[in-house]
Amino acid sequence: MTTPTKHERRIVIRPPLPLAGTTRDENRKLIREWWDELNAAGEEGRPVANVFVMGSMAEILRTFDMPIAFPEMTSLQTAVRGRSLEYITTAEDAGYSPDICGYVKADIGVHLQGGDHPMGHLPEPSLVVATNLCNTYIKWAEIWERMYSCPVFVFDIPGWRGSGFETKRGSGTFRDDVRYVEAQVRELIALTEEVTGKRFDIDRFRENLASVNELSRLFREVLELNQHRPAPFNALTEGINLMGIVNAYRGSPKGTRFLEIAKAEFTERAERGVGAVPDERFRLLLVGTACYSNFRDFAGLFEDWQGVFPHSDYMSFAGGALDRGVHYDLDRPIESMAEQMVLTTQEAMGGMFWGQDWLTEVVREWSIDGIVFHGVKSCRTVSTGLPDEREWLLRRRDIPGLFIQSDLVDPRLWSAAQLKNRIDAFFESLESRRAAGARR
Amino acid sequence: MICVETVESIVEEARALVEDPSYPAARRWLEEHSDGKVLGHFQVYFPEELAHAAGMLPLKIAGFDTTLQIRKADAHLAAFVCSIARSALELVMSGTLDILDMFVFPPICDVARHSCAVWARNFEDIDSQIMYLPHNAASAAAVPYLTGEYRRILREIEEVASTRVTDEALRASIELFNENRRLIHELYRIKRETPWLLSAVETYLLTRAAGAMPRERHNELVRRALAAVEHRDAKPQDKVRVVFSGGFCEQPPLDLIAVIQDACYIVDDDFMVGLRWLTEDVPVDAEDPIEALADAYLHRSDYSPVQHDPRKPKEEMLLRKVREAGAEAVIVAAAKMCEPGLEEQVGYSQALYEAGIPHLVMEFEEKTTTFEQTRMEVETFAESLLFEFA
Ligand code: SF4
Ligand code: SF4
Repeated sequence: MTTPTKHERRIVIRPPLPLAGTTRDENRKLIREWWDELNAAGEEGRPVANVFVMGSMAEILRTFDMPIAFPEMTSLQTAVRGRSLEYITTAEDAGYSPDICGYVKADIGVHLQGGDHPMGHLPEPSLVVATNLCNTYIKWAEIWERMYSCPVFVFDIPGWRGSGFETKRGSGTFRDDVRYVEAQVRELIALTEEVTGKRFDIDRFRENLASVNELSRLFREVLELNQHRPAPFNALTEGINLMGIVNAYRGSPKGTRFLEIAKAEFTERAERGVGAVPDERFRLLLVGTACYSNFRDFAGLFEDWQGVFPHSDYMSFAGGALDRGVHYDLDRPIESMAEQMVLTTQEAMGGMFWGQDWLTEVVREWSIDGIVFHGVKSCRTVSTGLPDEREWLLRRRDIPGLFIQSDLVDPRLWSAAQLKNRIDAFFESLESRRAAGARR
Repeated sequence: MICVETVESIVEEARALVEDPSYPAARRWLEEHSDGKVLGHFQVYFPEELAHAAGMLPLKIAGFDTTLQIRKADAHLAAFVCSIARSALELVMSGTLDILDMFVFPPICDVARHSCAVWARNFEDIDSQIMYLPHNAASAAAVPYLTGEYRRILREIEEVASTRVTDEALRASIELFNENRRLIHELYRIKRETPWLLSAVETYLLTRAAGAMPRERHNELVRRALAAVEHRDAKPQDKVRVVFSGGFCEQPPLDLIAVIQDACYIVDDDFMVGLRWLTEDVPVDAEDPIEALADAYLHRSDYSPVQHDPRKPKEEMLLRKVREAGAEAVIVAAAKMCEPGLEEQVGYSQALYEAGIPHLVMEFEEKTTTFEQTRMEVETFAESLLFEFA
């Protein structure tokens, strides 16, 4: 088969679907509301918390009605809007190296430009919660600490420990980890009381936990819908909208409502046999992240081959482990939060470093033809060991994989021709594999 | 006639160990201990007492410089990863370092965490572990947590070494390592107070050798060096006194340190800081020696870009180091591609700028072989300071 190009792509006439576009519209509305709340908090001088998607502690912060800024999301938004480079260069001019995480630089660039962001005004943080789930979170938090003298709480969740490690309830290590995490839950509550001047309300906290239980259940159901062939949504492109909302609205009924809308729309597509990518031919699993500064082009390189991503590990780790099944026990809210944090983040983060078993399972359950490992310069957290993982999965499990590199937000690292060659060659190899399989 | 050893000859002994990627002293130890087991550990800090008390030989694997060709490791790591992660992996993949039974990574950065997984996937006969040092150093629960984590690592060690470790054995090891840290701190005191008696390269080699040989022998080596320094007859030179910052993990090539010391006295630094991370003796008579080690890690310790501790703001720690060393300037370095090091550079530079302390910002890579550009920069920097202070 000759390589199709974007220009040759067929125009597909889909049957009209009553729910078409409902997820996108709700997403837009909620992102706008989220920004409006941040803007208003900034204008009124209300305390705002800066947090990160992996371990946001929204369950606690939302109890205090604290607006929550997610700088990874706001950095991503600068890239999708084609503005990341100007912020990155502002940060580089201030001394930040070309070799550090671009999300950090895009955000610092916004702060150095007085908080002006393409979607609004980023307020100063009054509190920063940085988990250890990415070590750069801690360094990033230290930058704001220097800029704004705001308190930084490093929330530490001990993770995957190496050879033979399993998260086991009841093991001594699990108990030690939970005790440490529980103490931190209490310490963070005390600090947030101090920052906001409000008392902790355990019933509000319970409501937030209940809402996250629901969010997690729905999130898993939505992900499972993509086991359908054709996959009703593309985890690469539409997945990003899901991730934005489940993070920004974690612990809020608006988040669960959004997932109900998404579930309804994707179910409708699945029932009508409408795939996210017309005439789906290849099912792919993304390991790493997409390139947001060249997002459409990145997605196009796969869509040109009618390749869809029914799943990605990004949907796992960047979703605050919702995919792992969060089950808070509302009768023991604080203890249970600590336990669930340890259980789910050790699984989700373990999946990032020691991902071969989880990836094998996804390949089987979501009927994946091949894995795309996308290493991004910005993010050693997701990228460092990808070539090794790819090689291991091919050698030990006969799962084909492609390793490519660019960046999250820095368009200077985007090399279209090089990527296209590698991706085309990968699809050709998948085709040969398929043909060989059919002959056997 | 009393024959006094020279510092030079002792430093050459250390150099022979530090510059040989096959860890010859460890091989000699294995010849003497036929059932001996070796525990390697990555930067920055590892409580080596735990391994020593189990009769294992702890080795500090701090990457390797220009003489190690990276042939295999590159295929396993993404392109944007620092050199120390590659060279440490290459040492094992190439068979150069084929004596490890266990390897421990602290969670200093995401490269280190991933490296543990890469090692675990590729070397099934090495027990590769992440020892999760607490990142929330200020939490009231940090010491009990770390005590538990040290116990977990000790259980792994006991399994690998097929032994049970007693508190008595731990206390004896703590005593030995206390002595080692005291000796290294003494080398640093001499370098700080009289840098013409002990150069940065010499101090570096003598210190780094600790990670490459049995600690009993290293104590002996440093004692001999300290005795030899007393007989050294050197005069102070007119050089700028600088602190070198940025050697906490990947190490700059020795030739780079030499280039800097040609123009400056490096009166303090953070090279191999893990070997002297604990700043005071760990109590040997503590009821729970493991808890004593955990407590020392958190409460009586140095600082580095890979530990966030609100009680040790890093810029203030650096400024204090500068003051205590009587330094006039700082070299703010970072290893290429090292996210934490590069990020810290900006904070350090700002603090130094505000404190009016001249500083030179640079990047290095362990595998660099040409230093002409750096020599020029350092000389220009030093001259501008000499002129300013004259
Ligand atoms: S290193 Fe990766 S996970 Fe960490 S902040 Fe940057 S993009 Fe996010
Ligand atoms: S040099 Fe930096 S990035 Fe590399 S392992 Fe060390 S701390 Fe991590």
